[in-house]
Amino acid sequence: MLEIKCPFCGKRSQNEFAYGGDATVKRPALGQEVSTKDWDDFVYFRDNPRGKHSELWHHISGCRQWFKVSRDTATHEIFKTVRLEEEL
Amino acid sequence: MQKYSALSLIKNAFSNHQNWDVAWRDPEPKKEYDVIIIGGGGHGLATAYYLAKEHNITNVAILEKGWIGGGNVGRNTTILRSNYMFDPSAHFYEFGMKLWENLSIELNYNVMYSPRGIINLAHSDAQLNAYARRGNSMRLNGIDAVLLNRDEVKKMIPFADFSENSRFPIFGGLMQPRGGTARHDAVAWGYARQADAMGVDIIQNCEVTGFDVSNGKISGVRTSRGDIKAKKVGLCVAGSTTLLADKLNMRLPIESHVLQACVSEPVKPLLDNVVTFGAGHFYCSQSDKGEMVMGGDLDGYNSYAQRGNMPMIQHVLSGGLAVFPNFSRLKMLRSWGGIMDMSMDGTPIIDKTHIEGVYLNCGWCYGGFKATPCSGYVFAHTIAKDEVHELNAPFNLERFHTGNIIDEKGVGPKPWIG
Ligand SMILES: Cc1cc2nc3c(=O)[nH]c(=O)nc-3n(C[C@H](O)[C@H](O)[C@H](O)COP(=O)(O)OP(=O)(O)OC[C@H]3O[C@@H](n4cnc5c(N)ncnc54)[C@H](O)[C@@H]3O)c2cc1C
Ligand SMILES: [Zn+2]
Repeated sequence: MLEIKCPFCGKRSQNEFAYGGDATVKRPALGQEVSTKDWDDFVYFRDNPRGKHSELWHHISGCRQWFKVSRDTATHEIFKTVRLEEEL
Repeated sequence: MQKYSALSLIKNAFSNHQNWDVAWRDPEPKKEYDVIIIGGGGHGLATAYYLAKEHNITNVAILEKGWIGGGNVGRNTTILRSNYMFDPSAHFYEFGMKLWENLSIELNYNVMYSPRGIINLAHSDAQLNAYARRGNSMRLNGIDAVLLNRDEVKKMIPFADFSENSRFPIFGGLMQPRGGTARHDAVAWGYARQADAMGVDIIQNCEVTGFDVSNGKISGVRTSRGDIKAKKVGLCVAGSTTLLADKLNMRLPIESHVLQACVSEPVKPLLDNVVTFGAGHFYCSQSDKGEMVMGGDLDGYNSYAQRGNMPMIQHVLSGGLAVFPNFSRLKMLRSWGGIMDMSMDGTPIIDKTHIEGVYLNCGWCYGGFKATPCSGYVFAHTIAKDEVHELNAPFNLERFHTGNIIDEKGVGPKPWIG
């Protein structure tokens, strides 16, 4: 069982959260020409690291806030959790 | 090579089974090979076998960082099926089903292929309609499919929850009678033994750590046992694909996730078929030893841990109890996990790459065991001829740029959503 520290509610068990995937993926800016490659990279291509991974989690059965987690994909160690607008 | 038969079994019994030949050699790596296959899982072993058998290319090495069969090929729940709706998947997996039918004889190794039928349960009229559509698509592609009503399902699995108050009432199901299971280890060992007999070097405890590429062309690999030259290199490393692709400057539409499975203690014959209960994220079959072999969803977050976490096991088994309440007293024997190479549309990638002589086989998600023979067959073709086979042409890497993605489940590029 992972214990994830929601930046708003504190440490809670994994069951309360939903995963939201790689947090480094950025949607190309709106209102300007987007190359196919940039769009495809955003939609489909991932770094998929073994080790430190920045990811989104949703405290779905809690405060329902989204936030960012830095976690090791091999050991599951959680290094840091921050609000969405903060840097990991 | 010693032929396995009832007679050879009896003969060897007289010498207490002390005189069997080794099933495959343990050679030192040569300086150079025509083809190196990275990864001694099912796909790597099958690829080497078909390279030798179909294309007469025998100066081949399989480099495996651990032991052959220690990866997903030895960790899966062995379900075989070709119950797909879209043509590219249907054609590919059905070609594979035909290879399964004859595999024990072809490999002179009992892979225990068991076409016991796979049933996908339906829990609403809408779902049954969707299954009717899928079944029709399958039949148009020459694949067996039978739509079952509630009573027909009840005859096959009378112990499932058919009561009035079940959360997901069983409306019927879609069955592929030729679907079933096979013995996973035997598949790895059978391919290994035949490939070895044709001259393929199976080199275990040999991790590939890098590549020698110059002017866009491969010339060899670096390994924990020294540099080895090669004209062509094929990647069959399943959940580790990204780690090697990184070294080739290839960014892929792949995420690595852990999938768990578990077995119960052995019990008397109860479940004749493979049953999937999608609504509860649970599927099950009974092994020849009598264990209930059960699985479900990914743990749900990127993972290279090769072991899972309790919440998903609990979730899967509570789903299992919802459909099979009589499983509640089964004792669990063991659980384990494997790292899946989840592609962003749920369909594999078997293709050439931007580097001359490097070939990619990945993206198997949770369904790559059944693909072992056909994946090996078409990947061997792709490597030998330096061009894709018609069956894997749609499984190209370009599709993520052209838009020709093959998303059977329609979940979009979020592999952790089951
Ligand atoms: C719990 C579970 C249940 C599953 N159930 C089913 C099912 O019912 N039906 C089905 O069809 N599929 C199923 N699958 C999926 C299936 O097992 C895989 O898709 C398939 O086995 C992957 O191909 P493989 O056999 O070649 O992989 P693997 O056996 O994982 O082979 C890859 C090999 O590459 C090696 N390797 C990695 N990196 C390196 C390196 N750098 N150098 C050298 N070697 C390296 C690894 O050690 C490994 O042995 C399941 C998987 C799991 C984990
Ligand atoms: Zn919270």
